[in-house]
Amino acid sequence: MFQPSPWRADFPAIDALQRQHQTYLDSAATSQKPQALLDALSYYYGHGAANVHRAQHLPGALATQAFETSRDKVAAWLNAADSQQIIFTHGATSALNLLAYGLEHRFEAGDEIAVSALEHHANLLPWQQLARRRNLRLVILPLDVQGRIDLDQALQLIGPRTRVLAVSQLSNVLGTWQPLPALLAHARAQGALTVVDGAQGVVHGRHDVQQLACDYYVFSSHKLYGPEGVGVLYGRSQALALLRHWQFGGEMVQLAEYQSASFRPAPLGFEAGTPPIAGVIGLGATLDYLASLDAHAVERHESSLHQHLLRGLADRDGIRVLGTPQTALASFVIEGVHNADIAHLLTEQGIAVRAGHHCAMPLLKGLGLEGAIRVSLGLYNDSDDLQRFFEALDQGLELLR
Amino acid sequence: MNVPTPAREALEQFEQARGWEQRARLLMQWGDRLEPLSDADKCERNRVHGCESLVWLVAEQHDGQWQFKASSDARLLRGLLALLLVRVQGLASSELADLDLRAWFNQLGLERQLSPSRSNGLHAVLQRMAELVSVS
Repeated sequence: MFQPSPWRADFPAIDALQRQHQTYLDSAATSQKPQALLDALSYYYGHGAANVHRAQHLPGALATQAFETSRDKVAAWLNAADSQQIIFTHGATSALNLLAYGLEHRFEAGDEIAVSALEHHANLLPWQQLARRRNLRLVILPLDVQGRIDLDQALQLIGPRTRVLAVSQLSNVLGTWQPLPALLAHARAQGALTVVDGAQGVVHGRHDVQQLACDYYVFSSHKLYGPEGVGVLYGRSQALALLRHWQFGGEMVQLAEYQSASFRPAPLGFEAGTPPIAGVIGLGATLDYLASLDAHAVERHESSLHQHLLRGLADRDGIRVLGTPQTALASFVIEGVHNADIAHLLTEQGIAVRAGHHCAMPLLKGLGLEGAIRVSLGLYNDSDDLQRFFEALDQGLELLR
Repeated sequence: MNVPTPAREALEQFEQARGWEQRARLLMQWGDRLEPLSDADKCERNRVHGCESLVWLVAEQHDGQWQFKASSDARLLRGLLALLLVRVQGLASSELADLDLRAWFNQLGLERQLSPSRSNGLHAVLQRMAELVSVS
């Protein structure tokens, strides 16, 4: 039965891609954009760009107002208590680097940082490099067979020396939601700060950072149907106060002299240089658009398509799905077929999926794999997209076998 | 510049190929013709990095002429390697430097395989080949 997406027409690129015979199934890498975002960017650039938090003139005041309104919208989207808890960065990766540098002063040699075995490089490497700089122990929380952090082992491994726990909410490779409530509660009880990488999780469902009770929550705009070049770092007020300034210049400064300077608190103190103004305004427009959708309908649509995807993969011989995906994506390998070969043939047939290590090399290596194919869904995908993917997959496999 | 006979053969075949399926079949056939690499040649020193597949490239110079060997664990990439080698085998450094390999793959209708995107191996192989040839 055909399952249409009621929101497909809101994303003009989907139509354009279809005219180029491209079926886009790589939304976990980046998403297509709604018309509302295109309109906001066009309006901003068409009506007068200006820098924010600097100028007394009218364009500056308008840009600053639009920029700060986006901060309010992000705070509302995450249910943060206060807009001042939202820092704009240049992406999720830069937000995580901000944390790893901003918290560096709190570590002593021998302290521990806990991350999971499934982290994206963005939530592994900043902590790994911090551990190397400061002689810390990076503790890797192992996974269970389904692809979730093994709680029993994690609760043993997170102890009094753990100063930071940094974990993904939703795995970008396995599509599994992580047991955050239990992990975060335990880490908190041990006196550790908690960081949640919401890059994938934020795209599916609404998440309440107060209920989640994490110290920091990070996501990137471009995966959430917004523009690239914008990331968000939410922090509890007390947690933000712990951060040391890490990039300098622009309006993050309070007073500057030749030999010394003082800096603003969060959020502006952590937004050095000219921020991605149009991008932030565009993210605000995207959030308005997303907030206007029927959240239950979106969830039903995504879940039903995801079931369709999993069924189709299970119906085919020799396909091994990695872990037990719960949402939005599935990664798989095919017995006797190199993933580069099937990726090549899917590309030839206009199917845009991701092949490779998905920026999680240690995870793939741990599974004994060089790479995998990942199909990931956005709210604009429909069942015809999956049908085209399965037909292309069958054709490709027929050729290779 | 003279085009070697096997390269002319490849060109003829690919020019006649209709559609992605025929091109893929041809690539696999060419890949099967690639001389296997010895285990000794499949060493870290010969690895081409920047590909998501395993790729090895060996370059040797005999009497001023370059002889290349290459392989990969991915089948279609082996085909692309075979098509690369038939074009460059036996050339002198100066001839190699003058050769437009992008145009070669263009003629074969395989230009998209040269994308610098990381998942594709061929781009990295060409860079590596240029490196190997320029240092000697």
